Amino acid sequence: MAYLTILLDGTAYGMVLFIISVGLTVTMGLMRVVNLAHGAFAMIGGYVAATIIEQGGGFLTAIVVASLAVGALGAIAELLLYRPLYRRGELAQALMTFGFTFVVIAALTALFGTNVKTLPAPALLIGLTDLGYTHYPTYRLFLIAVGAVTALCLWLLIDRTLYGARLRAAVDNPHMARAIGMDVNLLFTGTFAVGCALAAFGGIIGAALLPLEPFYALRYLVTFLIVVIVGGVGNFKGSFIAALALGIIDTAGKFLLPGTSAYIIYVLVIVLLLWRPHGLVPARSAP
Amino acid sequence: MKTAIDNPGPALAQLGGGDGRLRWAWHILPWAIALGIFFVADTYISLGTAALEMILFTLSIDLALGYAGIITFGQAAFFGLGAYAAGLFSIHVAPDPLLGLLFGTIIAALFGLVTGMLILHTEGVTLMMLTLAIASMLSAVALQANGLTGGDNGLQGMHISPLFGLFPFDLWGRTGYLYALGVLLLWFIAAWRIVRSPFGRSLDGIRQNPRRMRAIGTPVWWRLVAIYTLSAAMAGTAGALKAQTNQFVGIDSLDLLVSGTALVMLILGGTRRLYGAFVGAAFYVVVQDLAAEFDPFRWMFVIGGLLIVIVLFLDDGLMGLADWTQEHVAGLWRGAFRK
Repeated sequence: MAYLTILLDGTAYGMVLFIISVGLTVTMGLMRVVNLAHGAFAMIGGYVAATIIEQGGGFLTAIVVASLAVGALGAIAELLLYRPLYRRGELAQALMTFGFTFVVIAALTALFGTNVKTLPAPALLIGLTDLGYTHYPTYRLFLIAVGAVTALCLWLLIDRTLYGARLRAAVDNPHMARAIGMDVNLLFTGTFAVGCALAAFGGIIGAALLPLEPFYALRYLVTFLIVVIVGGVGNFKGSFIAALALGIIDTAGKFLLPGTSAYIIYVLVIVLLLWRPHGLVPARSAP
Repeated sequence: MKTAIDNPGPALAQLGGGDGRLRWAWHILPWAIALGIFFVADTYISLGTAALEMILFTLSIDLALGYAGIITFGQAAFFGLGAYAAGLFSIHVAPDPLLGLLFGTIIAALFGLVTGMLILHTEGVTLMMLTLAIASMLSAVALQANGLTGGDNGLQGMHISPLFGLFPFDLWGRTGYLYALGVLLLWFIAAWRIVRSPFGRSLDGIRQNPRRMRAIGTPVWWRLVAIYTLSAAMAGTAGALKAQTNQFVGIDSLDLLVSGTALVMLILGGTRRLYGAFVGAAFYVVVQDLAAEFDPFRWMFVIGGLLIVIVLFLDDGLMGLADWTQEHVAGLWRGAFRK
């Protein structure tokens, strides 16, 4: 039964990775920007939410307000910083967003110091739930449920709505989308904002697994990029599979192979990318 | 023919490519400054040594990224590998600095050759991800191989014998500075020859249009592997130098932040100029030192902000800005004399 616990732990971790990274796969797939600042948005969300809770706000209020605030910030960043990058090479994009990450790290350190920021969960989610065979932390079950609901909502949004159809069209062929009269600029700004809000959301609820500190944005950058690139840039289903796989393999490695766990995931990523350079589910097929 | 490839600009842009008599004067300048620093730096000499090592490391990125267009974020892998190799060599094999330096360089070059052969088939974000994953893997391995590397505490107990058996690495770091300067000069001459050779020209072509280069018969993959290996060797030397002059290797020498900061230096100075690495690294080390006096995090703010400004407005780095100024001032000058 220990394996079931590992599976649950890994799934909870994978769900957090999915929620944070799904916005990144959109930026990189739709806008073709190598975005190294995505973790910074997740981190800002976490800090804003922690501040709201410290000021006496509720957990739910904190999540909603912080996600909206980061979404708005994302829209501004898209207009001011990302838009000039669309026509530039990957290197310029990587560097500018890397610089942006530096600025965010410095700003958050100046405001909050270097200590780990805790985000206390509401009383309802603390404690253990009886699963029959064992008692399991309620908060992780909450993460799994939230991740599943988010994935379902995103799938419905992308697969069943006009917005989703437009988004898929723009990912597949931005030039054609523009040519048939879609306002791709507006679509970019809106989608970027949603992606940032989701990153903030993931950063907040995942703070128990990925502790909030100013170097968060760099520490987990590689992990988020792995999810996106292994999943296939611009591919939601791929990101979901990659995030869950990464979460479960990483967790299982920590329990079962404590000596090699830290690098086994990188070896797998290297092998996988050499085998399938465009990820598990290459972009520009059906999402 | 020459103009199209050479793109001769003002003297700063094309050091050595300008008119005959001035070219050597321009070359002497940075090295004279570096040598001058030795005499005036006093307690700052170790800062100077760190700057020289960063210049060499940044130069290695310029070769792979600037000239050949290989988007690498994992250069720290070679830096750290060279550092650990040189450190372990001094502990377990021989304390001689030159042998250790050679060993660190060769190990990094071999790792560059093997990983380069594996990953240089890919391009774009996949390549970037692979370089990141390789560096992260190495960092995780070093952390876990506690017995060999000292893990989190770093590699301690290094002992370096005097250079050529004559000059000990003393507390003041004066030997270390000249040693680093000499090694940098050798590598610089090599890099200078490489980027101006037909091989270097073909890298220019590969960066601009790999498909066309393949079509005219250039063995693109081999050329990329070759420059990647060279760049890895150079980064390995830089790491080995750092290990020997500090007599310590920290786990953070394999960190993403090391690759990142060196990239920042390169962009600050300007890519594809070789001397851009000098300007960028020197500027960076000074800014970091000044800003860190107030607050260790302020330098990240300054550097991050500079990076944004440079990418958005100054495509060619500080040396590009210098060129631009020089061109316009020269234009005014000529205009004044014409009247």
